Amino acid sequence: MSLLCTEGLSKHFAGLSAVAEVDFDLPEGQVRALIGPNGAGKTTLVGMICGRLRADAGRVVFDGRDVTGMAAHRRIRRGMAYTFQITSVFGRLPVHENVALAARRRLAGPQVDAAVREALDRVGLTEDPDRPAGDLSYGHQRLLELAMGLVQAPRLLILDEPTQGLSDSEIARFTGLVRALAGQVTVLLIEHNMHVVMQVADAVTVMNQGAILAEGTPAEIHDNPAVQAAYLGTN
Amino acid sequence: MSRRARILALHGGLLAVLFAAQFVLPAYHHGNLARIMVLASYALGYNLLFGYTGLLSLGHALFFAAGMYGMALSMQHLEAAPAPALLAGLAAGIAVSALLGLLALRTAGVAFMIVTLMFAQAGHLTILYFGEWTRGDEGFVIAATRRVLWGIDLADPVSRYFAAWGLFAVCLLSTLWLVRRPFGKVLIAIRENEERVRMLGYDPFLHKLGALVVSGTMSAAAGAVYGLLFGYAGATFASVQYSIFPLLWVLLGGAGTVLGPFVGTLFMFYLIDLASGVTTAYMLIAGVVLVALTLFAPQGLMGEVRRRLWGWLP
Repeated sequence: MSLLCTEGLSKHFAGLSAVAEVDFDLPEGQVRALIGPNGAGKTTLVGMICGRLRADAGRVVFDGRDVTGMAAHRRIRRGMAYTFQITSVFGRLPVHENVALAARRRLAGPQVDAAVREALDRVGLTEDPDRPAGDLSYGHQRLLELAMGLVQAPRLLILDEPTQGLSDSEIARFTGLVRALAGQVTVLLIEHNMHVVMQVADAVTVMNQGAILAEGTPAEIHDNPAVQAAYLGTN
Repeated sequence: MSRRARILALHGGLLAVLFAAQFVLPAYHHGNLARIMVLASYALGYNLLFGYTGLLSLGHALFFAAGMYGMALSMQHLEAAPAPALLAGLAAGIAVSALLGLLALRTAGVAFMIVTLMFAQAGHLTILYFGEWTRGDEGFVIAATRRVLWGIDLADPVSRYFAAWGLFAVCLLSTLWLVRRPFGKVLIAIRENEERVRMLGYDPFLHKLGALVVSGTMSAAAGAVYGLLFGYAGATFASVQYSIFPLLWVLLGGAGTVLGPFVGTLFMFYLIDLASGVTTAYMLIAGVVLVALTLFAPQGLMGEVRRRLWGWLP
């Protein structure tokens, strides 16, 4: 049973076709990596899925319901969580409050504190939760984004380049975390680090020039000549 | 002392000092402080929208005047008693702010400033246009004999002071309560990063509309009480000047702090009062002080206190 699917989803920017008639299907419980060269349309596709961008054509079905015309915040309430590619934490608010804002949508009272602590614990941000989020290093802000996603207990977690700017040990922690989520949460992961993709993804979708180029297991994608050509630009 | 206890002690302490000041202040300052507390309530309402939600309105005089005229017109033309007249003022504030919110919140940033300014100008002109009822610029006086609420003579300086204190206490404590509630925290988050709030699943429009209605209603309450306590309603209170005042008070006192609006109103009131005792060019002195404050305390007085001393200040 698929949790998310798109049919003929398209988006143009000033005449340029960013995403063209994409049919995408994501089964419940899967960790799916979305890869492709820069400008392939990954973030645009995900933007239309979670409602940050309005689709020019096509539809998005989430959990059996057409959400194409639904406002972003209502899709989030239905169980999507989105972490931003460019970190977008509340810089002047404390680390703890950043996660609490995400938690309070579904929890209240003392449950919020417990959930916040647990989420910060899982991503490894336990030091001084009262300092402003803007004081964190870039890598730690990415982890904070992840904690804000996790604490929402989403059904679909969309991660846009989550390992960008993380150290090797933080990446190892991240892959462990995503693997622990496998089976419970459906994950859609835009990722450039192929090492991470190979480790965590159940399946991989490759995009190129606004269309889906290939889909398959990490091993299949790794050996696909068309994918190699798109990445290396040798066709 | 826990954070919560400190917050309660500070804000409760201010209210206690203001309550007690009634018994020691000379008549002149006593009257001033009553006026300041009502105007500070107006500034508290403004601060909720500007300081906490990050929406800069240039049209809050519309709400202040809606409260004032809602109260005064129903006393003047409907022979209403003070209590129902105050309720009429509040109802006018709720209606006007909800209507303005539905229209103006479709815009953001500079467009929001212009739209609120234009609506307030339209409100001011409406009051002038219906001069037969409102007496326009000249305004009208509400006779002292009619300003008796539940047997309390509001024209008497002592009861007037307590009424002003009561309004201020309600506005201060409800602001304090609101900004520490989940709703208020979402407002602060909208000020910081609206798109992120949306992507956490909150509806920014509904939250901003809620903030605008609470802010407008608080401003209207201040307008209605001002008219009732000082016995006068006039179109000046709907002019652009009265939209700029709360912005100035809040900026000086510290936007996004609960105490800022009071501190800013008090400071500005006495700055002009003292400067006008020194020279007739008192606005020059006021201007220099304002420029200095903007340079050296850009976050306002209480904003600086929070930055340097008390990081826990709400």
